[in-house]
Amino acid sequence: MIGWAVSRLVGVTVLLTALAFLSNALTESLETYYFLIIIQCGIAATLAVSLNLINGITGQFSIGHAGFYAVGAYVGAAWTMLWRPRLESTLPILSIGSPTGDILNLLIALALGSLAAALTGVVVGTPSLRLRGDYLAILTLGFGEVIRVVLLNIDAVGGARGLTGIPTLVSTGNLAFFWVALVLIAVTVLTRNLMRTTRGLTWLAVREDEMAADAMGVNTTRVKVTAFVIGSGFAGAAGVLYAHFFTGISPDIFGMDVSIMITTMVVLAGTGSVTGAIIAGIVLTALPEAFRFLKDYRMLIFSTTLIIIMLTRPQGILGHSELGFGSFFRLYRRLSGLRRTSSA
Amino acid sequence: MEPLLEVKSVTKYFGGLAAVANIDLAIREGELVGLIGPNGAGKTTVFNLLTGVYVPNDGTICFAGRVINGAKPHRVAALGIARTFQNIRLFKTLSVLENVKVAANLRASSSFLASVFLPPSQQREDAVIERECMDLLDRLGLKDLADAPSVSLPYGLQRRLEIARALATKPRLLLLDEPGAGMNPHEKTELMDLIRQIRQDFGLTVLLIEHDMKLVMGICERVYVLDYGEIIAEGTPEEISRDPKVIAAYLGVGDE
Amino acid sequence: MQAFLQQVIFGIQLGSLYALIALGYTLVYGVLRLINFAHGDVFMVGAVVCYYACTRWLPFRNLEAYPDAALANVGLALGVLLLAMAVCAVLGMAIERFAYRPLRNGLQTVDAHFWGMVAALPVAIGAPLPGLPVRAVVWLALGVVFGFLLRPVVSRLARRTVRSSSRLNALITAIGVSFVLEYGGLLVFGADPNFVPTVVPERTFEIPGGIRVGTPQMAILCISLLLMAMLRWIVLHTRRGKAMRAIAFDIEAAKLMGINTDSVIAFTFALGGALAGAGGALVAALTHVKITPLFGLLPGIKAFVAAVLGGPGSIPGAVLGGLLMGLAEAFVAGSQFSAYRDAIAFCILIILLLARPTGLLGQPVTEKV
Repeated sequence: MIGWAVSRLVGVTVLLTALAFLSNALTESLETYYFLIIIQCGIAATLAVSLNLINGITGQFSIGHAGFYAVGAYVGAAWTMLWRPRLESTLPILSIGSPTGDILNLLIALALGSLAAALTGVVVGTPSLRLRGDYLAILTLGFGEVIRVVLLNIDAVGGARGLTGIPTLVSTGNLAFFWVALVLIAVTVLTRNLMRTTRGLTWLAVREDEMAADAMGVNTTRVKVTAFVIGSGFAGAAGVLYAHFFTGISPDIFGMDVSIMITTMVVLAGTGSVTGAIIAGIVLTALPEAFRFLKDYRMLIFSTTLIIIMLTRPQGILGHSELGFGSFFRLYRRLSGLRRTSSA
Repeated sequence: MEPLLEVKSVTKYFGGLAAVANIDLAIREGELVGLIGPNGAGKTTVFNLLTGVYVPNDGTICFAGRVINGAKPHRVAALGIARTFQNIRLFKTLSVLENVKVAANLRASSSFLASVFLPPSQQREDAVIERECMDLLDRLGLKDLADAPSVSLPYGLQRRLEIARALATKPRLLLLDEPGAGMNPHEKTELMDLIRQIRQDFGLTVLLIEHDMKLVMGICERVYVLDYGEIIAEGTPEEISRDPKVIAAYLGVGDE
Repeated sequence: MQAFLQQVIFGIQLGSLYALIALGYTLVYGVLRLINFAHGDVFMVGAVVCYYACTRWLPFRNLEAYPDAALANVGLALGVLLLAMAVCAVLGMAIERFAYRPLRNGLQTVDAHFWGMVAALPVAIGAPLPGLPVRAVVWLALGVVFGFLLRPVVSRLARRTVRSSSRLNALITAIGVSFVLEYGGLLVFGADPNFVPTVVPERTFEIPGGIRVGTPQMAILCISLLLMAMLRWIVLHTRRGKAMRAIAFDIEAAKLMGINTDSVIAFTFALGGALAGAGGALVAALTHVKITPLFGLLPGIKAFVAAVLGGPGSIPGAVLGGLLMGLAEAFVAGSQFSAYRDAIAFCILIILLLARPTGLLGQPVTEKV
């Protein structure tokens, strides 16, 4: 046990240090434009992986993920801009401007933001998850919109204008990449580890056949709500990072189209595939940038692609499988095998 | 001796229709009991009531001295009732072994956090579950197929896997919903042997729904006959096969 | 009291529009158990067609300059209504044919032609061409060419496709179609809001009690009621209607009874499309709302809620649900919570789905074990 704990601790420390160095190097060497895209990709991938936990692994189709993203962003920003200043006079440690103050406040914002999003997840998930399939999907879409409209009507957070001038706590000490990567790695590792245990199998069982899983002693309600809450929490964390990197948030940027975009990522990649979700998150964020010249046609092409995928490969590009070095190897073998048969 | 399962005047309505009306069942520990009846008699509804899928409108279901009506299916499973499904409901994309592991996880004690951080205790527990499940698959003759996707199994083996999965919850009472449906006579004989054997090996009490009279007569010690949601007869297979009410239910009553 | 009645009138006007759109949802849900998410965008297309017809295609005359053109304009306006209905009926059928039917029956090589048309769309819009008719011709021609080019690809895909009957896949496809229409519309129509000028004379009457009722409101109500009555007649008294009801009851059995389910389903989409088109045209011409390619989304969702409210699959339910939705929205809009006007639909939806998932007039369904 102690050996395990020490090895884990060492591993995490090494990872953090490496990430911090990488983050510094990237910030220094990359042009701002490309760096922004990388950050956006990381946030999108986090959203996709966190939604994958709900949609892909437990099979509870939610298309209101942007709502939780918004809650995280707003609560995180509210801490930094509204609540923190009030506490600052009594607790000077909370003032920003110094690296330690910034990091401390970002951590608090991350904690509050993801907690608030997770709590919203409990509130939304507990009643909704009794429904299934398309009804659940529509219901979550509805909840996502309600969250947005409520934010729109809270004057303290700027109403329709939203909050601007949020301190860029994420970028302090060139650590933006570090934080984004950290959250992405956290949600990915969580999913992957879970999938290695028998408990993870019970989550998949809920996706495959809820009634059979229930009959085999799986507390399906608890599994579904847990997945929903964790997924929402990580979406919240992504929101906090967004707010403290891009400095401005408004209800507009958490609309239904964002929810549907995240859903597209999960569906396109293959529901249940973590690597697929990461790749889809990155590709669908970076591709539009690469194809700027197609500007107006982007969404048209995306939506057409989505339909084509649904018609030709409804299980998604990767299906339930994961992408690793092994799959590249298999692909290579298949391709070379094909070539041989076609030449024969 | 107190029966393991006692159903007292249980009634279940759908809309205004009584799918199951006022039925009584009593099954003692170790028995192998059949539940037969024509199509639509309410047999599967009885199973759904026993396993908590439906909540009875009236009456009580007692299992091992505890009232279990209203308990959720997963609670009922934890108390020791496992079932198979008439229309096979395996976890399709999971492998044979994984299907069984899901059911075995019922007895796992580790916390959610452990499955995220994977401490040695979690790994040990998973290893134990895996060993137990492989052992179970071995006993049911599915060991060689452990890594095959469950959906790729032939029909008969899928039914067998359903039984294996139910056994993995370590039940005291096993409910089999038409385990022989769609099997050929040879497979049915194998199934009968299997049921007898697992009952002995695991010290099980078994209640099974079946259409095939030969199978029921061959292995059941006692039979309940259900017709239009009511128990119309109860007794040994021989008694049942001579009961005029049962014959009428199956063959219909003549015009005279 | 006066304010209250005024809200009621506004609510009924709104409600009859929601009912028109909701009928399309309910018809499709009834036969296919599919939430046709793109239906709201068909409504948008109806409004856009109305805009083009009123401002460019048809010789409407300015009422202020030519007061005696009123009657001619009313005639033309009815033509616009029919045109919008026809276009949307065809659109509804096209969506069914090329997005939902492949999902249902598996992809076919012929579907290549649809993808050809879609692929040709950006080219036709992006190319520097004079006028809409030329664009349309180029689009059609290119679409046919692309379609033939795509045939081998699609037939290859079709052979290796795993068919899926999941209702979620259908929903995602529907969302995809919705996006195609919205962003396609954005390309054609631009993002700037446009509105239809007054083409038919509008007058406001004061009925006893100090309540004002406008001719547009009455026209919306009357035309909606007329269309609903026609729909009811079609569903209850024609062969097609009977076939629709048979499919709604059990599609497999209907197939076995020799009903050409595909053609009846296409007909259902055409009906729903026509109703949504009529709704779009009415809204655009008579309430002068700002039309944008995204403006179908919200009414679409509200109408969907109305359909769920009435019990998906139930035609009287959709009308009732639409009216309730309209009234609820009118009252919220008139109260101090007017900022939440658009959220009310979602709140109703959430409460409804949680409390009675099968709607007010729908039948409860239980899963077979």
